[in-house]
Amino acid sequence: MSGTPSKDARRTALVAGLGIGVALIAFGWVAPKWLVSLSMLALSLGLVSLGVLVLMRCGVVPFGQGLVYAAGGYAAALAFNKWGLTDALALSMLGALAGFLITLPFAPFLARYRGIFFAMLTLALSMVLYGVLMKSESMGGSDGFNVTRATIFGWRAPDAQAPAVLHTVVVLVTVVFGVLTRIYCDSARGLVSQAIRDNELRVEYLGVSVARVMITNLLIAGTLGGAGGALSILALGHIDPQFSYWTTSGEFVFVAILAGHHSVVALFASSFILELVRSYSSAYFPNMWQLALGVFLLLVIRFLPNGLGSLQARLTGKSEGAQR
Amino acid sequence: MTLLTTILVDGITYASWLFIVALGLTLVFGVLKILNIAHGSFYAIGAYAGASLATVLAAQKISPAFALVGLVLAAILVAALLAPLVERGLLRVFYGRDEVLLVLVTYALFLIFEDAMKLAWGTNPYYASDLYQVFGNINIGKQTYVGYDFALIALAVLVGIGVWWGLNRTKLGKIVTAVIHSAEIAASMGVKVNRIYTFAFMFGIFLAALGGALTAPMISVQPGLSVGVVIVSFAVVIIGGLGSIEGAAIGALVVGLARAAAVHIYPPAELFSIYVVMAAILFFRPEGLFQRIQARKI
Repeated sequence: MSGTPSKDARRTALVAGLGIGVALIAFGWVAPKWLVSLSMLALSLGLVSLGVLVLMRCGVVPFGQGLVYAAGGYAAALAFNKWGLTDALALSMLGALAGFLITLPFAPFLARYRGIFFAMLTLALSMVLYGVLMKSESMGGSDGFNVTRATIFGWRAPDAQAPAVLHTVVVLVTVVFGVLTRIYCDSARGLVSQAIRDNELRVEYLGVSVARVMITNLLIAGTLGGAGGALSILALGHIDPQFSYWTTSGEFVFVAILAGHHSVVALFASSFILELVRSYSSAYFPNMWQLALGVFLLLVIRFLPNGLGSLQARLTGKSEGAQR
Repeated sequence: MTLLTTILVDGITYASWLFIVALGLTLVFGVLKILNIAHGSFYAIGAYAGASLATVLAAQKISPAFALVGLVLAAILVAALLAPLVERGLLRVFYGRDEVLLVLVTYALFLIFEDAMKLAWGTNPYYASDLYQVFGNINIGKQTYVGYDFALIALAVLVGIGVWWGLNRTKLGKIVTAVIHSAEIAASMGVKVNRIYTFAFMFGIFLAALGGALTAPMISVQPGLSVGVVIVSFAVVIIGGLGSIEGAAIGALVVGLARAAAVHIYPPAELFSIYVVMAAILFFRPEGLFQRIQARKI
């Protein structure tokens, strides 16, 4: 592999990340409060879906990403309430670490599975955690528990500015992880992942350890999911076992599919759209929001089968393969 | 000894309705290659339809024994009305697409049904518990068990044998098997594959609804039924191996007994015992217990 394309891609990712980051931070200071909290949630959940996307690039679909999402969320929430660790950045790093650590023992085992078996095993793991959390009194049982407002370097923002300040932290963490993931996807190992999706035996014959690539991708997805979980509790102020439930994991997969394989930006846009649809449908049809969401999913799958990324390609007239 | 008998009876009873539901799931997967998340919704709709019909029949002073026939009738109605609508109106549009995309289509359908059921039946629970006493009680040792449970077990065995016989000993069964192996070659031999798809989907949905209708007398039928059932049915077919009748039977027994053992020995483990067993079995048999080895593309 020549170094140039990868270097170019790295520069593009950094510049795009910087531009989008600045724009999002500015958005947090001018947009209405409800939209800022929606954006925080969309970015946090988008980070988990980004992990799903990393795994989907190598041909496996995890239906249990709730495992790392809940692990990150609970680690941050417990550190907040029990250890008094209130710094938003430290909490998100702790969440990322928890996601990484909970994946570590399972990654070599999961790396052997494909297709529906991979999906169901990840689902089983997340449901085991769900069961443990539901029965665990010390972690709030089925009700979970609340988390108050986080601080930044020891400073607690006043009420009026708090959403914008927290939003800034969420944007920073998300953009850093987003750019790093983009760079990883364009690296030699990231590209091998796509080759594994196409034909893993050939990759193996070319001398690459498929298992090692799968384990790396699982750990990356775990770290992203854990960070997403920690950021979510900063945005929501609450955590409960539902974080680890399979329907939550299903939504992460949906966002990744809605985005398509090719674009990190499209992924966060999809996460934003899903949160908007959820928020509007629960406001306007409180008893039918699941129905509205289901119809929306069907329409997207019917008319945008290759995700939002393909829409971008269609608009610019590029072919799917030429798109990054 | 009493504990062991209780675990066995509870486990096998749970396994019997679960087997009926999972058989439908594995059949739909085998023929249409769709892992149907909305399968749990059809189970729940069957339970609602069964409970509603039983209530109507009870109001007409019809004997509970006939009301049992009503349960089966409810399942037939659900399958006859909803299955063609879903298969012809929705799934057919997506045939040939990526497997994951099809799973998501059924996930969307599952979400739609969740609210549709609340609109149709409200959020208050429905009961058909009168039917639960139709077969009286049976004493084993010092313990008393409900006769309905044993009837359910017998029915599950009959359904299993019936489906096996239908698939292996009838012309239609042979045609379905041919479509399972290769829809393209079956079509080139003159089989109307689309009709087989509709038929298999209808029959799969009938089994889901039948499982629901038959469990209606044992539970309170209320929102949220479908979520648990579909995941447990997935566990069953994954343990047994996708597309296998024997696998579904063994899978249902494993899941039923694991759950019953957890409930009676260590209740907090009930929620996750099934998943632990599934993970353990997949650890040793990565493709389930009865899956044929498949060739890989090089």
